[in-house]
Amino acid sequence: MSSPDDAEILLVEDNPNDVELTLRALQKQNLATKVFVVKDGAEALDFIYATGVYANRKIDNLPKVILLDLKLPKVDGIDVLRKIKSDPRTKHTPVVMLTSSQEDRDVLETYKLGVNSYIVKPVDFSNFVHAVSELGIYWGILNKTPD
Amino acid sequence: MAETGDVDILLVEDNPNDAELTQRAFRKSDLDVRLAIVRDGAEALDYLFGGKPRPKVVLLDLKLPKIDGIDVLRRIRAGERTRTIPVVVLTSSQEERDIVECYELGANSYVVKPVDFDRFYRTVSDIGAYWLVLNKLPL
Repeated sequence: MSSPDDAEILLVEDNPNDVELTLRALQKQNLATKVFVVKDGAEALDFIYATGVYANRKIDNLPKVILLDLKLPKVDGIDVLRKIKSDPRTKHTPVVMLTSSQEDRDVLETYKLGVNSYIVKPVDFSNFVHAVSELGIYWGILNKTPD
Repeated sequence: MAETGDVDILLVEDNPNDAELTQRAFRKSDLDVRLAIVRDGAEALDYLFGGKPRPKVVLLDLKLPKIDGIDVLRRIRAGERTRTIPVVVLTSSQEERDIVECYELGANSYVVKPVDFDRFYRTVSDIGAYWLVLNKLPL
């Protein structure tokens, strides 16, 4: 895992198994050292906006992508997404939903709020690892974000 | 090039070489991509607002004849039927101003066209695999 200021991928995930699997998949692409993990929506907002325990983080050092679960403790994924996409400081940071929800309502709502991409977590282990590897390469390497 | 029916990818590209390369990359991949190509921004808007089924993703060049890519993006995001279509800006511009503006207007992704032939090929295939297989679309 990276330090808060060097994070290229911010993973917002409360399920320890999914965190473990995601890190393992990203390790295969040599991206695991660039990931920072936060466990709920409130911590995600503290991280992104450099408040609370992350008050010493430089707010300009935004990650290349935020991988965001939907069902999160304290502040829900939808509300985290809404905040990111309505704040001029963070609007241009790519957010990818990584969730087990396949509900049409969730998909549509996140797109309307400006999510950059929506990935359904594959249930099968090897498919999960494959999906995370692909999205790590896409958003960590292929996609370009503002400096 | 698809003339009728559902289209997976709408490519908006005025450079015939880039269009040809992109088409070839998709033909070679295992994705079986149904690709439609339009050559300028006006044609792109005619396509998207002409009542055809929505493509799964739009690959949008920035410097386009008639109507610029930025304006096409702005119109896509303002249209009720088109606002949730994923738009990937695929351009040779690496200018910070372009990158910021595209994201602010709601581009889903911004990819710089690799100059190298093989890398261009691979990049296009990766974009197709990501948006057609991995990404989930709203209904």
